[in-house]
Amino acid sequence: MVERLLMKGNEAIGEAAIHAGCRYYFGYPITPQSELTAYMARRLLKIEGAAFIQSESEIAAINMVYGAAAAGGRVMTSSSGPGISLKQEGISYLACAELPCVIVNMMRGGPGLGSIQPAQGDYFQATKGGGHGDYHLIVLAPSSVQELVDLTIKAFDLADKYRNPAMILGDGLLGQMMEPVQFKEFQKERIPSKEDWALGSCQGRKPRRIVPFNLDPDELEKIVNKIGRKYEDLPKEVQYEVVNMDDPDIVVVAYGTVARVVKTVIQKGKKEGINIGLIRPITLYPFPYAVINDAANRVKQILVAEMSLGQMVEDVKLAANGKSKVFFYGRTGGVVISPVEIWEEVKKILNQN
Amino acid sequence: MMKKVFARPKSLTEVPFTYCPGCHHGIIHRLIAEVMDELNIAQDTIGIAPVGCSVFAYLFFNCDMIVAAHGRAPAVATGIKRVKPNNIVFTYQGDGDLASIGTAEIVHAANRSEKITVIFVNNAIYGMTGGQMAPTSLEGQVTQTSPYGRDPKTMGMPIRMCELLSTLNSPAYIARVALTKPAYIIRAKKAIKKGFQYQIDGKGFSLIEVLSTCPTNWGLSPKEANEWLEKKMIPYYPLAEFKNVEEVS
Amino acid sequence: MAKVIIDQERCKGCELCTIVCPQKIMVMSKSFNKKSYHPAEQINPEKCNGCAFCAMTCPDVALEVYK
Repeated sequence: MVERLLMKGNEAIGEAAIHAGCRYYFGYPITPQSELTAYMARRLLKIEGAAFIQSESEIAAINMVYGAAAAGGRVMTSSSGPGISLKQEGISYLACAELPCVIVNMMRGGPGLGSIQPAQGDYFQATKGGGHGDYHLIVLAPSSVQELVDLTIKAFDLADKYRNPAMILGDGLLGQMMEPVQFKEFQKERIPSKEDWALGSCQGRKPRRIVPFNLDPDELEKIVNKIGRKYEDLPKEVQYEVVNMDDPDIVVVAYGTVARVVKTVIQKGKKEGINIGLIRPITLYPFPYAVINDAANRVKQILVAEMSLGQMVEDVKLAANGKSKVFFYGRTGGVVISPVEIWEEVKKILNQN
Repeated sequence: MMKKVFARPKSLTEVPFTYCPGCHHGIIHRLIAEVMDELNIAQDTIGIAPVGCSVFAYLFFNCDMIVAAHGRAPAVATGIKRVKPNNIVFTYQGDGDLASIGTAEIVHAANRSEKITVIFVNNAIYGMTGGQMAPTSLEGQVTQTSPYGRDPKTMGMPIRMCELLSTLNSPAYIARVALTKPAYIIRAKKAIKKGFQYQIDGKGFSLIEVLSTCPTNWGLSPKEANEWLEKKMIPYYPLAEFKNVEEVS
Repeated sequence: MAKVIIDQERCKGCELCTIVCPQKIMVMSKSFNKKSYHPAEQINPEKCNGCAFCAMTCPDVALEVYK
C-alpha cells in the first residue's frame, strides 16, 4: 500500500526529483516556485554526496547544471519566467552538448517582470527552443500535484533516454496548491549508466571532450543533424488526456491549469445538453498533433483556451490543418480563466456556427 | 650520454597551438601540463575551456575537457566538482571572460571556496574578437573600443581581480605572476603547482592570474610586447601572493 | 655539453628564445617553415650550457633540451 501524502505542488516536484535519484540541484529563488528551492535545500543538504547550491544567479545555476550533467549527475534546476529567460543560453549549450537535465518553469505573468500570478505565456519559449540555435526541449505539462510528481520522474527518464534537457512547464497555481499524492516505488536500475560519455577520470580510456561548438559549418551541421534526429524520434513519447470525446459538439484543447477549468465546464455542458470534449496535451513537445488532427475530422469547431494571448493555438491550427475552425480564448497577465468565461465562449461559438 | 632536461609534457597533446606568434597562452598551457605531470593528476583532471582564443584549450590537454559559455567556467566547474569531488577541476579563463561577463561567477565560486583551480589570463585586451577593451585594459590604452585611449572618467579604471578577490575570507590561494623572463616563469609554475596542490589537499579555491601578452592586438612584436608588459602592466598589476591559506596566522 | 633540438614546424618565429638565451646562440633561420615563419635555429651549439631558458619561454613548446 503506497502512502498518500498531502503536498504542495512545488514541494511535490522536489520530493519527486529526489525519489527519481536527483542528487544535485542548483537554483535561485523566484516567486512562485521558491518553495521548491527551499525544499531541495532541506532535503539535499542532509544527503551524503548530494549537492544543493543557492547560486548567485539563474545564469550560474544553469551552468552548474551543465557541469553536473557533464559529470554524469542527475541534476535539476527550477525557476519562473524571468529566471528561465536568464537560463536560455545555458539551456542551448546543454542541448548542443546533448546533456540531460530537468528544468522546472512554474510560469508567472509576463512579459518583463510581469506578475507573480499563474500564466502560460512561456509556451513558445518552452516548446520552440527558447535559446539560440536549432534545438528543442522535451516539455511536459502537468495539471495536478500527482502529475507534477509523475511527470517530474518521467522528465528525468526522458532527459536521460534522449540526452536532452527536459522541462516541466507548470504554473504558479499548480505550484501553490495542495493535493494528495503517492510516490510509487522507483527502481534505481532504470537510471542509465553514463560511464560511456560523462566526464571523469580518463585512466584506461581516451580523454573526452564536451564541445558545444564547431567552427567548421559542415561539422556543426553534423552535430545539429544528430540532435535533429532525436526530435524525429520523439513523437512516440506523445502523451495526452481525452475527456468526453465520444461524440462531442465542440472540442476544447487546453493544458495545465486551464484543462482543470475545462473539466468543470464539461460537467456544466452535460447538464445543459452540450457535449464538450477535451484534449489535454501532457507532452507539449512532442505535441500531440495526431489526436487533434483526428478530432478535426470529427468536429467543426475547436476552441483553444490558454492563459496567454494565444500560443499553443498555433500548434492546434497546424494539427487541425484547416479541417475544422480553430477558435481561441485567452486571459493573460496572471488572470486565471474562469469556467463561466469558457462556457460563454463555447455557447457563442456554437450559436454563431 | 646526454639526458633530456626539457621535453614536451605528457599532459599536452601533440596538437600544435592555435595561438599567434609570441602569445603567452602556449607557455601557460605548458606550465599547467608540467604541473599535471609532476603531480601525476592528468588522468583525474577535468579542464574547462572558456570562450575566446583559448576556447581551443580543449584540444591541447590530455585530460577530459569541456567548453563553457563565456564567463561561466567557475559555475560549470562548481557543477562538475560537486558531482565528482575526487577529480581535479580547473578553469582557464581570459580577462573578458573572468573579469567582465563572468564577474559574478568568479566572485561567488571564490566566496564558496569551491575546490577548483582557476587560471586567469590577463592580457588587457579581447583577443579573439579582434582587440576590444577589456576590464583590465590600462588607463589610456588604445583598443578597438577605446580608440582615444581608455578614459577612466567614463570607462572606469582597470580591475585588479586578485586584489578584489582577496577581500574575501574564503579563498585558499590567490597570486599574480608573469612570464616575461625565466625567473618569472619559474615562479609562475610554482604558483600554478601550489594552486593545484591546494585543491588536491582540499584547502579550497585557488586562482593564479597570469599577466600575458597579446602581441597581435597590442600591435607590437612579441619582444616589444614583453617589454610593454613589464613596463606598463606590472607596475599596475603587482606580482605577488595575495592570499595563502598556509600563511594565515 | 648540451643540445637543443628545435621542432622547426612548430616554431612560429616569435623570437622570444633569442632574447632569453644567455649565450646569444639562438637566432632566426633565413629559411621558411611550412607555416611560412622563419624558425629558430641554434648557432655555435658548443656554447650551449643547457639552461633551457629558450625552451621555458617558447610559447609553442617547440624545443627540447639535452644536457
